[in-house]
Order: sequence, then C-alpha cells, then structure tokens
Amino acid sequence: MTQPIDTTLQVPHTPLVALDRVDIGYDGTAVVHQVSLALSKGQIGCLLGPSGCGKTTLLRAIAGFEPLMAGSIQLDGRSVSDARGTVPPEKRGVGMVFQDFALFPHLSVADNIGFGIRHWSRKDRDERIRSLLKLVGLSGYGESFPHALSGGQQQRIALARALAPRPKLLLLDEPFSSMDVELRGELAREVRRILRAENTTAILVTHDQHEAFAFADRIAVIHQGRVAQWDTAYNLYHRPADRFVADFVGEGTLIPGMVCAEHVVDTAFGEIEGTLSEQLPPGTAVDVLVRPDDIAIDNEAGTIRTEILDKAFRGADFLYTLRLPDGLSVLCMAPSHDNFVIGEHVRLRLDFTHLVVFSRGSGVDCPAS
Amino acid sequence: MTAQTTNPAMTASLSARRRPPFSPWSAVAIVVALTLALPILVIFGHVFIPAGEVWTHLRETVLADYVLNSLALLIGVGIGVLLIGVPVAWLVSVCDFPGRGIFQWALMLPLAMPAYIIAYTYTGMLDFSGPVQGLIRDLTGLGYGEYWFPEIRSLGGAMVMLTLVLYPYVYLLSRAAFLEQSVCVLEVSRTLGAGPFGGFRRVALPLARPAIIAGLTLALMEVLADYGTVAYFGVSTFTTGIFRTWYALGDPAAAAQLSAVLLTFVFVLIVLERWSRAKARFHHTSRRYSTLPRYQLRGWKGTAAFVGCLLPVLLGFLLPAFQLGLWTMQTTEQWMNPAFGRLVFNSFWLAIAAAVIAVALALVLAYARRMEGGRFTGVAVRVAGMGYAVPGIVIAIGVMIPFAAFDNALDGFMRDTFGLSTGLLLSGTVFALLFAYTVRFLAVSLQTVEAGLGKIQPSMDDAARSLGMRPLQTLTRVHLPIMRGTLLTALLLVFVDVLKELPATLILRPFDFNTLAVRAFELASDERLAESSSAALAIVLVGLVPVILLSVTIGRSRPGQQGPTRAADAEPPQKPLAMPAGTTNTP
Repeated sequence: MTQPIDTTLQVPHTPLVALDRVDIGYDGTAVVHQVSLALSKGQIGCLLGPSGCGKTTLLRAIAGFEPLMAGSIQLDGRSVSDARGTVPPEKRGVGMVFQDFALFPHLSVADNIGFGIRHWSRKDRDERIRSLLKLVGLSGYGESFPHALSGGQQQRIALARALAPRPKLLLLDEPFSSMDVELRGELAREVRRILRAENTTAILVTHDQHEAFAFADRIAVIHQGRVAQWDTAYNLYHRPADRFVADFVGEGTLIPGMVCAEHVVDTAFGEIEGTLSEQLPPGTAVDVLVRPDDIAIDNEAGTIRTEILDKAFRGADFLYTLRLPDGLSVLCMAPSHDNFVIGEHVRLRLDFTHLVVFSRGSGVDCPAS
Repeated sequence: MTAQTTNPAMTASLSARRRPPFSPWSAVAIVVALTLALPILVIFGHVFIPAGEVWTHLRETVLADYVLNSLALLIGVGIGVLLIGVPVAWLVSVCDFPGRGIFQWALMLPLAMPAYIIAYTYTGMLDFSGPVQGLIRDLTGLGYGEYWFPEIRSLGGAMVMLTLVLYPYVYLLSRAAFLEQSVCVLEVSRTLGAGPFGGFRRVALPLARPAIIAGLTLALMEVLADYGTVAYFGVSTFTTGIFRTWYALGDPAAAAQLSAVLLTFVFVLIVLERWSRAKARFHHTSRRYSTLPRYQLRGWKGTAAFVGCLLPVLLGFLLPAFQLGLWTMQTTEQWMNPAFGRLVFNSFWLAIAAAVIAVALALVLAYARRMEGGRFTGVAVRVAGMGYAVPGIVIAIGVMIPFAAFDNALDGFMRDTFGLSTGLLLSGTVFALLFAYTVRFLAVSLQTVEAGLGKIQPSMDDAARSLGMRPLQTLTRVHLPIMRGTLLTALLLVFVDVLKELPATLILRPFDFNTLAVRAFELASDERLAESSSAALAIVLVGLVPVILLSVTIGRSRPGQQGPTRAADAEPPQKPLAMPAGTTNTP
C-alpha cells in the first residue's frame, strides 16, 4: 500500500473482494475451475450449489486455508492468494463462521467474542463485547459457557466472535445447516440485519436456495467447480443462464418446442408469445422453461385441457402436477383455496412475459425435473 | 484489479510468503523421530559387525536355551492368558451372576502388579519356610523332603506368574469386542436359536478374534520384554542373556546382536498380528446399542462363574498384595526412615521428568501431524512411537553403546587437547535414563495426546487462525486448555510406567542412584523378600492409579450398558487398543 502506483490504481469502485480466474485443487487435479467473482463493500454474496460442487473449498481459499493452483484473490485491493503464495489466514483480516460454530469450549461467551481482539485495550474490548452481545440479542450471556447455550444462541455467538475484530470480509460456511428448518429463515434474516448494521461484506456458502434468496445480494450458482451464473436471485430464477441453473433454482419443467418467429415458440401448449432469452432463428428446436407460476388453472378463460396427476399441499398454495394432452407433465402453482381432486380435468391459462429457451443440443444437458 | 495482479511489489511480497517445502513443525517432528530411533538403529547396526568370540561362544552354548525358553514362555503364557482372559471377558459382558459388576473392574487389578513383584511375593509364600508349606507340615506332620511340592522358581513358575498379571490385556480387549457386538449380532443369533454357548462359539468368538489376538500380542510382547521374573527365577531367556553378556562377559557388540535377535522376535509378533487382522476386518453393520438382556446364571452355574472370575483376581492381585502389606507392616524399620524417603523421591522426580518430556514431545509430534498431515510427518510420528514394542533392556543397550562411545571420544579429545577429563557426560547420568524412558514410553503419551487432539474438530484450528492466531498460539491458547484432562492422563500413564520400569533403569542408572523398582528387585534377589516389600507395595499402589482411570473411562464409554438406548449420539465404539499402553506389567 505504500507504493504510489497502488493508490493510482485504486479507483473508487475497486471491489472489496475479487477472485480472478481461480483454480483450486489437490495433487494437480482442480476441483474449482476458473472462478471469477467480485463484491463491493457492504455487499452480501452467496455461493450456492449442491454438495461436493466445490463451494466450501472456494470459501476456504478466500479465508486462506487452501492454496491456489492458478488465478488470484484480492482483498481490499491487495493480492492475498495466487499460485505462488498464500497469506496465512491469521494475517488476512477475514472473519469466518463455521458450520459447527467451533466455539471454544474452555472459554466463556465473552472470552470467545474477545478472542480475536485480545490485543485491544481492556476498555475497548469490553465495550466491543458488550455491544456485540447486544447486537446479537444475547446481552447478559457473557459469563455463560458455550455448552449451556442453544444451537441458535451458539450460532449468534459464533457470528459475534467473527465480527469482533471488524473483519474486512466475513465468510459463513453453511451456518444455518444445523438449525431447524423453521429457525433457518428467521436466523438468516437476523444475521443479514446484523451484517447490515455492521456494514460488513460477507460471503455465505449454502446448498439451500431459500437461504441464499433471503440472505444475499448476489448469488453464484456453482456447478462442478465452475460458476454457472453470478447474479441476483431474481435473475437466477427468471433468467437462468443454463439448464443447470434453471433446474437447480426453483421448480420448473423444460418442455420441447420450436421457434416460429422472433417472439413466438410453438409447444405442446400451442404457440406461446414472449421475449426470448436468446435470439434464435425460426426453426430452431428448443426447450422452454415452464415455472409453476407461468401457468394458472382457469376453468373459465383457460384453453388448454389437462388432467391432475398429483398434488402437494404447501400451505398458501398447492403444487399440482398436470398432464398435457400429449402426455407431457408440468408443474403448476395454484392458490390453496381451490382444492382440485387427483384425476380431475382442468383448463390452463398461460401467463408468460418472457420465455427462457435453451436450444436443443446446446449447453450442458441437465435432466430438468 | 487485474492490473494489481501484475504489480511487481505485490508479486515480490507474495513470493516471500511462499510455503517452505518442510514447515518447521514437520522438521522438528522428523528430528525428534530420528533421535528416538537411535537406539534401535544402533542395535540393528550391530547385525553387520562381524561376530566376535563371545557371540560364537553364545551360539555354541546358550543361544539354543534362550530361544527354547523364550518360545516355551511365549506358548505357555499365550495359552494361559487366552484360557483366563477370554472366558472371564465373556462372562462379565454377556452373563449375569453374583458380583458381576465388581468383577468388571476387579479383573483389571493384576495390571497394577509388576510381574517381578508377584514372582518374588509368591516365592516368599510358597518356599519351604513360607506359610503354605508350613501349613502343610503342620497339618500332615511330615518333615523336609517327605512330601512333594512344586518348585515355583522354574520355567513353569514363570509361566504362571506372567499369566496371572498379563491376562488382563486379553480380558480388556475381548471384553470390549464382546460389548461392541452385543446387539448387532447376538440378538440375531438368539432369534435363530443359538443358546448361550452356541452363540459364544459360533458368533461372538469368531467376531472377537481380531481383538483377542491384539490382546494376546500385547501380552506376548510383555513376555519377551520381561527381565525381572525370569532373572529372579533363574530361567535363561533373551533378556537375561543380554544382561549377562553385557555385564558378565563385557561384550557390548554381542549384547547388541542378541538384542537384535530378540527384536526380530518382537517384530515377527507384530507382523503376525497385523496379518491376522488384515484378513479379518469386521465392521458392525449397526451402530445402535441397547441393553441386551444378559443370560442369567443361577445356582451352580452362577457359583461357577463367580469362582471362575474370583480366582484370577485373588491369585493375580489380592493374595500377593495382602502378603506385601503384611510384610510391610512387619518391617516398619525398612520404610520409616530417610533412606526410603530418598528412594521415593528419586523414583518420583525421575518419573515426573520423564513424563513431562514424553508428553511435551508427544504434543509436538501430534500437532505437527495435525498441521501438516504430510507423509514424512506421518512416518516420523510412527517411528517415534515404535519404542513401546522394544524391550527395555534392548533400549538400554541401544542407548548405552552410542552414549559411551560419545563420552569416550569427547573425553579423549579433551584430554589430548586441553589436558582435562570430561568423564561420563551422557552415559553415566540421569540424562541417559531419561532418554531411554522417552524412547520406551513416548508411544504411551503419543496415543493419549493424539486421541485427545483428534476429538477437537479441525474447525477449532480454523476459527483460531481466522481470528488472528499463529499455529503455535493456536496450540497454546486453544488446544492445550481444551486438552488439560488428556494431558494429565498422559502424564500420569508415563509416570506410572517409568516408576515400574526395571531393566533399563538397572543398566543405565548413575552409580549409587536407586529407585523403588531397583531397590525392590535387589533386595528380593538377595532373598530379603520381606524387606523389599515396602518398595514393591509403593509401586503396586501407584500402579493402581491407571487401572482406576481405565475402569472409569471404560465405564463411561461403554455402549449399550447404561440407558435402554443410546442410539445415534453414541460415539462409534473404538477398539481400545490405546488402553493397555500405560499399564505395563513386566519391566
């Protein structure tokens, strides 16, 4: 940072953390390939993917626990990892919350939080511990020991401990996976509020898309060690970049079709109109993504006759599996006050605004559910 | 930002942080391992030295005796410990009979009794003037030479003595194996119509075989290492032969060569054990444990089980301990004096120093392995833990030869150049003794420390690192406080082992430096049995500590014994191979 050349390069929009074509692997085989991501200060990112996709490896590399085979990682404008070297984790100023919390069992809650700021003055340290306990809503628990706390409380202490040294970047490795499903969403929102209050840049690793949606500004969907898409939750759902993302994020069905005109695709539903996600010449064989909210059961205005094959009650809505006349089945979401019976015939209305199409034989062929 | 990747200043600072091929941790681990391997290397190095006169003499006269007697001991004790250890283990783990709860731990008591101590205690009890023969004479009115009585100081006697104190190894491991099986398969065998003995023979025994063989191997390694018993009974084995060659014949090279033969026996045992286990690796299909209703043994069966379990405890611990206590009471002048206090002091500080060294090194090695996990570090840790398989007398020879050579060389050099004598810097001092103890007992602390370290999730290390701790700070601020209990256990186990150690101490102790074990052995060898009892009793009492520790640990970690079910959260059962370490009987 003392080099003048550095300051000239520091444009205001320098990302706080940036990964540039990162390869990580063991014994010469890469498990993470060519990953590039960047977050600016205060943003919350998420690495989302099925287990074994390399997302935790990536997070550990950002923390400094894994060396890189190629590429580089920059933190606050400073290179901290590349193929030639790794700044050790203790010198990075990166906080981390672990899946199992990893609270030190021999230390009280207050001492756990104060662990990373032991070189602060006693007054500052006590003040910081007190304000963090307040922030996570556990004032008065300072003298308790970790084993006396519930899972959710331990989780929040782990967060407070990681936040105490005011890290430039906070990494969270599946922090909610050991929680009850009901607790998860609540905690995710809670943690997001705390991170916002501290204006902390953070990266979360999860395999749960709802957690990712509730938590992150931008989400990287990781598939087999590569970033399939780095985007907002809205775009992941509505404009998936490839078949894997379309399948992994949200529910939906891919049905075959043929491009007829610039905005029209011919399918088993008949001709559907909408803006195509990619420009394809007429005559191209494509698959169209049908989300359960793209179609609606409407026995008055509906035109397409279908039969109800299966249904799942989900509280506010039903998720119906419907069979089209030619035997294809699609998913449809309908408000739960209309309760149709399995075997009943209903009419469908299409509700497309834009069409997500993948030309046949292009891209990775992923079995869409 | 890509511009910064090529920034020369950044590049320079990054390459300076490149990881060295060997971290300081693994370098230290390798140095420690090499140092501790020195005695074994010295012993095997002597195989290549041309055999001298003494070796030829040994081979022509006594070597065959050594081999035959050692083999006979191995076979006799092997059969003995199996015949006692396996049935009692089965009885207390699958059956119910009066006193079962007490026998569970009481059957371990003989572990506290060093073999040489039980040997001379029985000698005192069974010889002509002892209480047993006296009673026979009083009852029958017969006089000297008019009745037959077995001679305890014989090969057969040594077998019995060693069996009595070594069966707990087989008992411990097979009991753990039986408990592990309880629900998975024994219930199935019962539903298929196998009764208690059918189930034992057809299911439990074959499944427990690897554990039984492991226990047997540990016991047989102790047999090979034993010096005190065979020396006292006048049985010529390798250990007594090595001792004689070293002192009486004064030929270190021949002693080392004899040691190499003994070591070969030990390694063959280890290889056999590995081989027998590699073929039979059983995994339990279920991790669920519930209390298996035990076979109720009533009437004569219950009585037989009771007696069967009582006898080993009675003969292996209660009787000799009682006799030692009696003698100690009769010889108060032996121990109520400053000389005895000095003995206790010597023994204790020696044991404490050795324990601290062994635990500190174990910590360094185990942590290096945790940090690096590299192949070299792994091998280094294995090598450092090898000493436990090596008989104490062999280590003593392996320490004495290089240390004496070093002392002589240094002394000669100093005399020639400066005209002053440095004397014996290493070989004649406590340093040699501590070094030998470390070589022999590092495995004890290593096993304990590694187990303790293994229970701390790796995320603890990561958490500490991400909060700004360097590796050494992580060790001192996170691992050490969490492992306090484990470290204390490790210290205690090494402490007790060192306190009981005899042959290495006999050879390596500085002139006029006595410990409890040496004193007990010397007095007993002079037929002053009663006078030696106080030192022996002190050793036995201290030896009880790890036995108690062991029974508490087992009681806690036992699956399927306390509650009706301890399903998913129960720790996966582990073969308690780590346990017998720290409970050597035969110094």
